[in-house]
Amino acid sequence: MEDIKETIRQFILTTYLPGESRDNLRDDTPLLTSGIIDSLAALGLTAFVQERFGVELDVYETSVERFNRIADIAASVERRQTQGAGSAGKAVR
Amino acid sequence: MARHLAEYLEASAARYPLRTAVVDSAGESLTYAELDSQSSALASFLASRGIGRGDRVGLVLPKGLAAVVSIFGVLKAGAAYVPVDASAPADRSRRILTDCAIRALIVDGGCLDVAPDSDGSAALAALITVGENGSGVSNATSWRDVLINPINPINPTNSIDPSDLAYILYTSGSTGMPKGAMITHANALSFIDWCSETFVPVPDDRFSNHAPFHFDASVVDIYLSIKHGASTHLISDDLGRSPKDLARFVAERRLTVWFSTPWILSLLVQFGQLSSHDGSALRLVLFGGEVFPVKHLRELKRHWRSAVYYNLYGPTEITVACTAARIPDVIADDREAPFPIGFPCTHCRTRVLDRDGQPVSEGDEGVLYINGPSVFAGYWNRPEETAAAFLERDRIRWYNTGDVVRFDSAEGFTYVGRQDRMVKRRGYRIELGEIESALYAHPRLREAAVVSLPDANAGVRVIAFVSSDAVSPPSIVDLKTFCATKVPAYMSPDRIVFRDRLPRTSSDKIDYQALLAELRAEGK
Repeated sequence: MEDIKETIRQFILTTYLPGESRDNLRDDTPLLTSGIIDSLAALGLTAFVQERFGVELDVYETSVERFNRIADIAASVERRQTQGAGSAGKAVR
Repeated sequence: MARHLAEYLEASAARYPLRTAVVDSAGESLTYAELDSQSSALASFLASRGIGRGDRVGLVLPKGLAAVVSIFGVLKAGAAYVPVDASAPADRSRRILTDCAIRALIVDGGCLDVAPDSDGSAALAALITVGENGSGVSNATSWRDVLINPINPINPTNSIDPSDLAYILYTSGSTGMPKGAMITHANALSFIDWCSETFVPVPDDRFSNHAPFHFDASVVDIYLSIKHGASTHLISDDLGRSPKDLARFVAERRLTVWFSTPWILSLLVQFGQLSSHDGSALRLVLFGGEVFPVKHLRELKRHWRSAVYYNLYGPTEITVACTAARIPDVIADDREAPFPIGFPCTHCRTRVLDRDGQPVSEGDEGVLYINGPSVFAGYWNRPEETAAAFLERDRIRWYNTGDVVRFDSAEGFTYVGRQDRMVKRRGYRIELGEIESALYAHPRLREAAVVSLPDANAGVRVIAFVSSDAVSPPSIVDLKTFCATKVPAYMSPDRIVFRDRLPRTSSDKIDYQALLAELRAEGK
């Protein structure tokens, strides 16, 4: 979980907040409602997360409620990864 | 010939009462008869509160059926509507609605804080709330009650003159205060007539409505479709931001006419998975508002093959478009240069003049001036800025677009750049000065300078340089968050750079050229 959050944080810092120090972007800093990430950036971040972690996020997982904080995004990723592993297991059986 | 915009609805409602006029993102719809009677109920309600010709009504509504009913209801009452971005900072919206002294406000219940302060002179004659959040507000009338208002048999539209204002659209202002472009019925009618001749819509057409109503591209989606008895399909803010869902929407609704900024079309190409969504019903794709990167346009044409594509060009002040270019069916693989903006629309006349107001030779750069029936009536309450926007030559008033172009008899006009500090981003006009004013409002910033650079992917990037002499300067996160309370999201800088102090010229003005040079050097 910590790794996921850190990877997302580094991506946001380098892509959308160059020059900002790591401490100012906390796990619970609002991203969408604060204006740090706009709709275009949200698409870029979604694409990054899906590719980097090999998951597919649904529309509701990129809504303001589920995509507003690094902690929430990481939770969605983790949930998806667990589900993905589960269904892969089923396929093997 | 129509004399006012509401006549389009009245005529289509008489001819096609049971055809679908408008459908929202969720699939809720209104027939022509329903749209006509609901807007008449609103017009009668407004008239009962004394609102009519010469008045302005603010609309702060999400994309939806109520917004379309409101537009026609206000017009039928003889008043002008002022659509304001429901997602913009409330403070900015309130300044706009106060500036044009609205007499009535139709507002989503969640946006009530945009209402102008109710000091005596500016008191609203009507406050109408849409949606659940607004119920129970004192002095407010609910949307439901408005719609059951008895329709007055005396039709106020009889007194509308084509020179009356139909709507006011606020665009970014260089001093920090947005300015309102006043568009008359005659302005919009002349443009819509040109669209009819050029695009020949039919009642079976299904139009997209991607543009928000505070953006003038929406004029095509609403009035052109209604005039021809077609249907228009409203794209909500959430849907409009989600390329995958948009591609599915185009397929499911079997849309035939699409109009949006290149920005959203570029996103559709990159994130919309177009190959798995059928766009074969599209016959016409219109885009405008900014440069369309050719690589994305070429890719789009590979997916939406059946459509004819047009690049439309024009500032809000001339009503949507004054030049148009049909994109060739085949785009060469090695073409990188953006397409020209084309030839003047038949209702517009153009001149390209140099700094001294003298015509330039073909092929030379100059500023584009426009004359014709679609040229706006001026900026609300700003006689000086209005006067400065026009140049008189041979007793003809030419509107100065501020856009530098060159003309070529084969391709028409090519857009070269701007005369001033305005940039286009996602189809919106942004005065860099307005972003600077927003930043200067931050108590712990000393200096702010905003510049822009072209960007192959995003079209343009906006970079803010700031300095602070505070003991604990704001962080970049703080400043981004602060900007979001002052300006709409599309105006927020892509990047904020701190400096101990900003470079100054010998006359002690901020040295923008030095900042740009720095960025260009960095990009290499």
